[in-house]
Amino acid sequence: MVGDDDMNVNVDEMTRMQSAPTVVPPRLEVAEARREASEDFDALPTEIAVRGLDFFYGKEQALFSNDIDIKKNRVTAVIGPSGCGKSTHIRTYNRIYNLYRDQRATGAIMMDGVNILGSVDLLDLRRRIGMIFQKPSPFPMTVFENVAYGLRQHYRLGKSELSMRVEDALKRSAIWDEVKHKLNEPGNALSGGQQQRLCIARAIAAEPDVVLMDEPCSAIDPVATAKIEELILELKDRYTIVLVTHNMQQAARVSDFTAFFFQGRIVEFGPTTQIFSNPREKQTEEYITGRFG
Amino acid sequence: MSTVEAPLSSGASGPRGAESAPRGRRLRIGDPVFRTLATASGIAVAVMMFGLAAILVYKSWPAIQALGFGMLTHVAWSPSTGEYGALAALAGTALSTIVAMVIAVPLAMVIALLLVELVHPAVARVVGTGIEMLAAIPSIIFGMVGLFVIVPFIQDRFTPWVLNTPLGKIPGIEPGPQFQGGGLSIFTAGVVLAFMVLPFITAVSRDVLMMVPRVTKEAGYGMGSTTWEVMRKISLRYANSGIVGAIFIGFGRALGETMAVAYLIGSLYTDMPRSIFDPGTSIASLIAQQFSEATDKVQVSALIELGLILFAITVLFQVLAQLWLRRVRRATGGRA
Amino acid sequence: MSTFPNAAESPAEVRAGLPLKRRSMVGRKTADLTVKVLSWIGAWIGIAVMAFVIIEVVREGAAAWNIAFFTQSTPMDVTSNAGGFANAIVGTIVITGVAALIAIPIGFLGGVYLAEFGRDGHVATAIRSIANVVMGVPSIIVGVFAFAILVQPQQHYSGFAGSVALAFIMLPVMARTTEDILNLVPNELRESGLAMGAPRWKVTLGVICRAARGGLITGATLAVVRVAGETAPLLFTALSSPYWMTGLFGPGGYFGGPVANLTKTIYDFSGSPYPHWQTLAWGGALLIIVAVLGMNIVVRLLFQRGKEW
Repeated sequence: MVGDDDMNVNVDEMTRMQSAPTVVPPRLEVAEARREASEDFDALPTEIAVRGLDFFYGKEQALFSNDIDIKKNRVTAVIGPSGCGKSTHIRTYNRIYNLYRDQRATGAIMMDGVNILGSVDLLDLRRRIGMIFQKPSPFPMTVFENVAYGLRQHYRLGKSELSMRVEDALKRSAIWDEVKHKLNEPGNALSGGQQQRLCIARAIAAEPDVVLMDEPCSAIDPVATAKIEELILELKDRYTIVLVTHNMQQAARVSDFTAFFFQGRIVEFGPTTQIFSNPREKQTEEYITGRFG
Repeated sequence: MSTVEAPLSSGASGPRGAESAPRGRRLRIGDPVFRTLATASGIAVAVMMFGLAAILVYKSWPAIQALGFGMLTHVAWSPSTGEYGALAALAGTALSTIVAMVIAVPLAMVIALLLVELVHPAVARVVGTGIEMLAAIPSIIFGMVGLFVIVPFIQDRFTPWVLNTPLGKIPGIEPGPQFQGGGLSIFTAGVVLAFMVLPFITAVSRDVLMMVPRVTKEAGYGMGSTTWEVMRKISLRYANSGIVGAIFIGFGRALGETMAVAYLIGSLYTDMPRSIFDPGTSIASLIAQQFSEATDKVQVSALIELGLILFAITVLFQVLAQLWLRRVRRATGGRA
Repeated sequence: MSTFPNAAESPAEVRAGLPLKRRSMVGRKTADLTVKVLSWIGAWIGIAVMAFVIIEVVREGAAAWNIAFFTQSTPMDVTSNAGGFANAIVGTIVITGVAALIAIPIGFLGGVYLAEFGRDGHVATAIRSIANVVMGVPSIIVGVFAFAILVQPQQHYSGFAGSVALAFIMLPVMARTTEDILNLVPNELRESGLAMGAPRWKVTLGVICRAARGGLITGATLAVVRVAGETAPLLFTALSSPYWMTGLFGPGGYFGGPVANLTKTIYDFSGSPYPHWQTLAWGGALLIIVAVLGMNIVVRLLFQRGKEW
């Protein structure tokens, strides 16, 4: 239920984390990757650090002890065969799973020294973490109102500043020229690709820190997909992006780091170039080369 | 093969059917007969409606000739003095229905919100069923319980309390010259009516709210909205038209409610109500109460004319609701 | 419930250049909480009212339920404590029964037309719209209609006129319910039936209706039960009577004169000043509640796959 702030939390983990808010202890896999990384992994600031994340649908466990570091201002791709837990994983970051009674997460997800899975104000968390869904879902209101939604909700702005920010968000989402004459038309009057860019504009207008993208291109045509991929590369300067995709080529094109999921576990995580050219795990290699999934 | 064909061969076309031609021909009328019967039944439903309208007009004709539509401008219904005015009844009908909707609509909205967003689906099913049971309770039961339980409460406690607050001075609440204490009044009838239309509006609202796509709601929550904000800014906009349609239909039903209103509204036919706490009457309850006392033909005809007026009003509401829903259905491309 | 303590000024806000004034979250959360509380209150009110009505009727009506209630006819003598509602009960059963006999077949066939033949055609759409409108006509107007076509010309009330009024009300409900239920049957069933070479009527009645049997029975039962509780249509058709129905014709007969029925009798007795009569009225009310709610629950339980309201 939304608004529920008490979640099961691994207390030991949390106290350990909170004693050292910004230093993330190196994990084994990360340490190994570092040897071959082209940039200094540990020097990059971490936006979100996941430790020991388990997830349950009712009695069924879907995620097993996930550990991952999401690096600030970088694109992290999450790949894997369908049903492996990719979406489930990123949906823990903004606690959107809280809407559903029988879904539960345990472990620690640290952001700014606070465990997201603990007692946090969900409204504030979701102000800082935006989400793009697989199916473009504009709200039943005009284009302008869609983009202004988050701004109006969290901030007090004058009319002119609001308009300016809406225009800015639409421009940065590479859709301004297409909709500038249609600002007062309903959001769902746009094409699929445009709707998705509208949703991106809506998400970034409120200036989040992180943008989660759950297979944003799978319901859209290839031309629109290319536009969105371009967009992602531009956006990462300002935001941290986590991209779930079943399209490996997309992950290779667009991301800096890649995590490979299989059956609820993170099999391998590292720089994209390394994952795709020189995967360490056999499963990773089999997936990359298309031998399964 | 024969076991399959045996029961059906009588109607089969093709070589076998042609061979047993006499049999086939006799039974091939089965379908046309069936179709005709079905079509006739379907048309009967529609024809009845026009028959109803026609009879009402025909039988109220004497009164229409005598009174014109003066019924609509004259206040009092008093056959003993030859007055056949429907205005008091129209006012009472409108007021009691408005009171009912003012209570029922917000109540239905928050209950639907609860059923859709706030409780476990199993609980929602139980509560929803409970409210639907409310819809099954006949009007006369509401009337009786209202009469013996609600009326004394409103008379002895509620009305005096309201009149003591500043609310008591507002026109429309401040008692008029016919005030009888507020127990048997337009207000009481409205309150009970509210719970008679509540189930329908709640059920429809719940159904259309459940049709809001889950992704869209998640997107709303993902933006950091509260439950109420998602409901207000997103879900209600989606469900808007369906809910409005339900309100139209509920309004129409409340207009025609007879028994509960007859018990509770105070049966005052002769004056315009100045306050919702005044006694009054509604068209339906007036007809119900006066019909058995009607002796001469003019009186009966006048009552039928009154019935015609009520019929016209309710049909108008139904038609408006249908037009609205059809327009909405076309706009959204699906069922609203 | 802490927000991020280390983000006094969010990096996003700094990044965005202009300082952004935050809106109070307290206000938003209070509004949210208020609405949620109101929702719970509202739900409890709804349930409470329903429970209250039922409990009241049970409380007052249980006192009336004895052997006499179910066996003796309505009292005419205000001084005695004798009498029951037996004649009224029988009358309601007869009147409603005949109404069902008229309305169910015609309504069913009409629904078959709408679902199987007319479908989306102009005629069917028109019929559907008109049926919807008819369903919104107040039941008292239907009573006036039956009065005009039967009671007035015949110069007397009759149970039959009451049945006609009730049938009129049931008809569109039956048709629409039948249509909705039949529409739930998958097309494959129709096609496979017809593909075997069976005539349309056999497929419809034998196959489709058998598949939809539960829903159809539910729909018919609920329609009958609904009109059984109606009072207004009987007010000037069947009226009521303190006597038993005596056969079919003649002043006490079904076609010949007023027939005692439960709802009108309850109405009369509850409005009377005599406590015993009022108690009897409550007893009648209890009977109606038991029958109506009971049947609702029974058909829903038995035929859960039937159409949900």
